[in-house]
Amino acid sequence: MVSRVARLARIHIDEERLEPMAQELSAILSWIEQLNEVNTDAVEPLASVTGHALPLRDDVVTDGNTPEAVVHNAPETTSGFFVVPKVVE
Amino acid sequence: MTDLLTMTAVEARAALDDKSISAVELTEAYLGAAQATEALNAYTEITHDKARDMAKASDARLAKGEGGALEGLPIGVKDLFCTEGVETTACSNILNGYKPVYESTVTQNLWTDGAVMLGKLNCDEFAMGSANETSARGKVSSPWTVDGDGQDYAPGGSSGGSAASVAARSSLMATGTDTGGSIRQPAAFCGVVGIKPTYGRCSRRGIVAFASSLDQAGPIARTVEDSALMLQSMVSHDLGDSTSVAEPMPDLMGQINDGIKGLKVGIPSEYTMDGMADEITAQWQEGRKWLEDAGATCVEVSLPHTKYALPTYYIVAPAEASSNLARYDGVRYGARVEGGSLDEMYANTRAAGFGEEVTRRILIGTYVLSAGYYDAYYIKAQKTRRLIQNDFIEVFKEVDLLLTPATPSAAFPLGQKDVDPVTMYLNDVFTVPASLAGVPAMSVPSGLASNGLPLGLQLIAPSFREDTLVKAGRVVEKAAGFAAIASRAAGV
Amino acid sequence: MTDNSNLVEGRSGLWEVVIGLEVHAQVTSQSKLFSGSSASFGAGPNEHVSLVDAAMPGMLPVINKYCVEQAVKTGLGLNARVNLFSVFDRKNYFYADLPQGYQISQFKQPIIGEGEITIDLKDGTSRQIGIERLHLEQDAGKSLHDQHPSKSYIDLNRSGVALMEIVSRPDMRSAEEAAAYVTKLRSILRFLGTCDGNMEEGSMRADVNVSVRRPGEELGTRTETKNLNSIRFIGQAINAEVARQIEIIEDGGAIDQETRLFDTSTGQTRSMRSKEDAHDYRYFPDPDLLPLQFEQSWVDEIKANLPELPDALKARLMEQYGLTSYDATVIAEDLETAAFYEKVADGRDAKLASNWMTVELFGALNKMGKTLAESPVTPEKLGALVGLIGDGTISGRIAKDVFAEMIETGGDPDAIIEEKGLKQVSDTGAIEAMIDEVIAANMDKVEEYRGGKDKLFGFFVGQVMKASKGQANPGMVNQMLKAKLDG
Ligand SMILES: [Mg+2]
Ligand SMILES: [Zn+2]
Repeated sequence: MVSRVARLARIHIDEERLEPMAQELSAILSWIEQLNEVNTDAVEPLASVTGHALPLRDDVVTDGNTPEAVVHNAPETTSGFFVVPKVVE
Repeated sequence: MTDLLTMTAVEARAALDDKSISAVELTEAYLGAAQATEALNAYTEITHDKARDMAKASDARLAKGEGGALEGLPIGVKDLFCTEGVETTACSNILNGYKPVYESTVTQNLWTDGAVMLGKLNCDEFAMGSANETSARGKVSSPWTVDGDGQDYAPGGSSGGSAASVAARSSLMATGTDTGGSIRQPAAFCGVVGIKPTYGRCSRRGIVAFASSLDQAGPIARTVEDSALMLQSMVSHDLGDSTSVAEPMPDLMGQINDGIKGLKVGIPSEYTMDGMADEITAQWQEGRKWLEDAGATCVEVSLPHTKYALPTYYIVAPAEASSNLARYDGVRYGARVEGGSLDEMYANTRAAGFGEEVTRRILIGTYVLSAGYYDAYYIKAQKTRRLIQNDFIEVFKEVDLLLTPATPSAAFPLGQKDVDPVTMYLNDVFTVPASLAGVPAMSVPSGLASNGLPLGLQLIAPSFREDTLVKAGRVVEKAAGFAAIASRAAGV
Repeated sequence: MTDNSNLVEGRSGLWEVVIGLEVHAQVTSQSKLFSGSSASFGAGPNEHVSLVDAAMPGMLPVINKYCVEQAVKTGLGLNARVNLFSVFDRKNYFYADLPQGYQISQFKQPIIGEGEITIDLKDGTSRQIGIERLHLEQDAGKSLHDQHPSKSYIDLNRSGVALMEIVSRPDMRSAEEAAAYVTKLRSILRFLGTCDGNMEEGSMRADVNVSVRRPGEELGTRTETKNLNSIRFIGQAINAEVARQIEIIEDGGAIDQETRLFDTSTGQTRSMRSKEDAHDYRYFPDPDLLPLQFEQSWVDEIKANLPELPDALKARLMEQYGLTSYDATVIAEDLETAAFYEKVADGRDAKLASNWMTVELFGALNKMGKTLAESPVTPEKLGALVGLIGDGTISGRIAKDVFAEMIETGGDPDAIIEEKGLKQVSDTGAIEAMIDEVIAANMDKVEEYRGGKDKLFGFFVGQVMKASKGQANPGMVNQMLKAKLDG
C-alpha cells in the first residue's frame, strides 16, 4: 500500500522505510476507523463551512504580463520557459 | 529598554501617539530582544533593515499625525505567510530559497495599518505539527522552563515560533495560522493569547496552504486587548480569496470592556479525556466561576460528536494537504533534486524536500482520496464533519459561548522519542472541533500547572461573534490575573 | 439500431462501431477561468501568466462570471439541463505543464446536465445525439518536447484558460456521424458566440472514445484517442482505430482500455506512454472554491436573449425559402453563410439563389482556396446576378460567363452584361426572324419533323440559339418554334 500511494504522491521512499511507514500509516488508519461508529446514513457530506455561494469576478484582464516574476524562483529556465527533464508522451 | 519590552501593544501605541517613545526605539528594543533570545530558535530570519526602514516610516507618519491602528508596533510573521522579497519556506526544505514576489493579504493589511515587520517566525513544516518539532529550521524551545529539570519544553505548534517569541518578548505580537489548533495550542503552552477567527474572516491569499477548508490566520499577543487590536487589522473581505467573507467585523476594541452580564455560557461535557490532569479540570471549574462572577450563566451542554472530531480532521486535513502540496514539484520554485525522468525528478525532489510528518500526512491524504477508499474515508469524514458543525449550530441556539480547556495538558518536554503520531495528534483534541465547524475560538492564559508551566482556557463563539469572544476573554484574563513571565524571556 | 448501413465488414462478419466524443471548447473570454491574466492566443513564453496560473504558494482561484454565463448559454443551446448548484473538483495528477498538481474541473456535479443535439447527415437525414454533460475546467500549460535533446520546455500561457468539456453519449456509429456531430456542435458554439471553434489554434479539440462490438451485443472495451484538432483527423483516427480494434479481436486478442494518440503523419493511433499507469485522479471538491450557485431567473434572462441557433435557422430556411434539408444544412452551418445567403435570396428565386451560392460560388472559392469572407463577389452582386436570371435578362448559360468575370474582377453583373452585350433577346420580332431563317434553311428536316420525328425539335432550338449567339430567351424560342413547326 505504501509504495502504491507513494508513487501516486510522487515521493520516493527508501526501501528500508517502507515497512515502518506502513506500520505508522496503518496505526493512524485504524485509529481513524472509529468513525465507523457514527451513523451518517442520512447525512449530506459538508460542501463548505460557510454555506455561501461562490463569488464571481468580472471578465477583465488585470494580471499577467510579468514573465520575469513568473520564472523568478525557478530552478531551471531558458528564454522565459521553465525547463524539466524530457517528457515522453 | 526593559520598559519598552514590557508595554502591551495598546500601551505602546498610546506611547507612540504621545511621543514618549518612538517607533525606531521600540523596534530596536525588539530587534535586540530577538537577538538576545536567539537560543530559542523562534525566528528563522530577523529582517533588521526592513524593520528599521519601516519603523522610520512609522515615525514620519506619527509625526504628521497620520499613524495607523498598528503604527510602529513590531510584529513577527509566521513563516507560512508570503512576504515580498523575504524568504518564505513554510519551514520546509522544499521551499528553500523561495522569495515571493508578492505579499500575503493579511500581512499587507498589517503593514498598511503601520505595523513594523521584525522577521519570520519558525513553525512546524507546512504547519503540520503540535510541538514545532517538524520544522526544517530546527525545533523551537519554549521560553518557559520547569525549575530544576534542565529540559527544553515544546512551545506547541504549529505556530510555535510565534507563541514563543511573544512569550519571550522578542516580538510584541505575531501572526499565526490555525488549522486544527495551531494558534490556540501554542498560545496556551506559552501563556499568551491566541485567536482563531471565524473561517473566512482573514484572507488566505498569500498564506502557504495546509488544509484550505480549515486554515485561518489569527493573532498571537500578550493580552486580549492586543489580540483584538491586531485581529481588527488582519481581517478583510478579500476578492482574491473565494472563501473570504463579506460579513462586517464588529468594532472589537470599542466593546472589549463591556463585560458579559447576562451571557449564557455552555460547558460541554464531552471536553474531557482519559488521563487528563486534574489541574486541567480544576482550571476549567475555576474559569466557569470567573464567568459566573462576571454575571454570566453557565449551563452544561452536549456536543455529542466531539469524540469524532480528531479522526475526522485527520482525514480532511491530510486529504486537502496531499493536493495542496502537489505544487511543490521542483519545476517553478524551490529546491530540485534531478532524476532520470520527470517522474524521478518529482519523486527525488519531494523525498528530499518534505520531512517525515509531512510525508506521512501526504501519504494518508493520498490514500483516503484514492479509488476504492474515497467513500469510506473522505466522504465519511465530510458527513461526520457536518454532524460536528450541526452540534455547534444546535448548541449555539441555547448559549452564546462555550468554555473548555485549551489543551489536555501543559507543555511537554521536547524530543520525546517514544511519542507515536496518534498520541501527538491528541494534543489538538479540544481545538479541532471549532476548526471543523469554522467557528471562532480563543485561548487565554488562565494559570500555571503545578510544575510552573502555563495553562489556558478556550472560549468558542458562534460564527462572526469575535466580539463575544474578546469580551469574555477579557473577563477571564482579568479574573485570572495571569502575570507570570517566562524565565527565558528577554530582559528577565 | 436495425439500420445496417453503418456496420463495418470484418474478416469474420459485421461489426458495429460505437463512438462517444469529449470536446474541449475554449470559452471566448478576455481573462482566464480563475485568474485575471489574458486568455488570448499567441504571446511570448509565460507572458499571459498570473501567480495563480503558476501555482505560486498561497495563490487562490477566483472564478470568472462571464465564463459561467457562457457555459449556461451553451447548455441552453444544447437543450440541456442547467444545474443551479454545481461543484468544482480537483483532478489530481502530476504533469510538467500542470502547475498546481491538479486541474480544477467538475466531476460529480457539473454545471450542465443532459441534453441533445440533432446532427445532419449527407443523405439529408438527421439523428439525435445525446449530450451527457458539460462542465467548466481549466486548461493546462504547454510542453515543448522538440527544443532540446534531453529537456522539455514549459510555457504556462494556456494554464488556467477556461474550457467547456462537452461529453456526448456513445451514440455515434460511424466517422461520418462523429464528423457531423463536431460540425454541428461547432456551429452551435459559434452561433452562441461562446467558443470561436478555431480548431487550428486549439480552441476546440476532441477526445474520441471508440469501441467495436457485434451488432446487438454488449459494449466492447473502448480506447480514448486524445486531442484531435481537426474534423478530418477525427474521422481518420476513428477509422484507424476501428480497423485496429477489429483486427486485434479477429486475431483472438483483446482491446486494452487505454489512452492513445493520433499520429497525423502515419494516419495511425498509438498508445500514449506517459499515460500508461492506471490513473487514480483522486477527485474531491476544491476547498478553495465554494459551490457555484445561481438563480433560475438569471438562466431565464440568458435564455431570453439567445440568438437563433442552427436548427431553428435551418427550419426557417426550409420554410421561408423552400430549401431542401441538405441545402438548408449547408447554409445554416455558420452565421456568415446564412447571412450571405439571405442577402442573395432577398426578393429573388430562393432555390436559384441557393444553387448559385452552394454550387457556383462555393465551387469557385474552393478552387481559389478562399473563404466566404474573402469572396470577390459580394452577396449584393451575386443577388443581382440571380435576379437577372430570374427576370429573363440573361440565360443560365450566359450567367455562368458573367459569373466567371465577376469572380475575376469583382465586377457588377449589370455592367459586365452591358459592356459585353450579353443581354438576352426577348424581342418577339427578332426571335421570329431567326426562327424563319432556320426553318427556311432546313426544310428537309421540317418535313421529317412534321412526319413524326419529334426528336428533331431539339435540333431547331439549338440552331436558333446558335443564331442568336446564345442570347435568345430560351423559353420564348421554345414556345414560338413549337407554334411555327406545329402550325
Ligand atoms: Mg478526455
Ligand atoms: Zn477535460
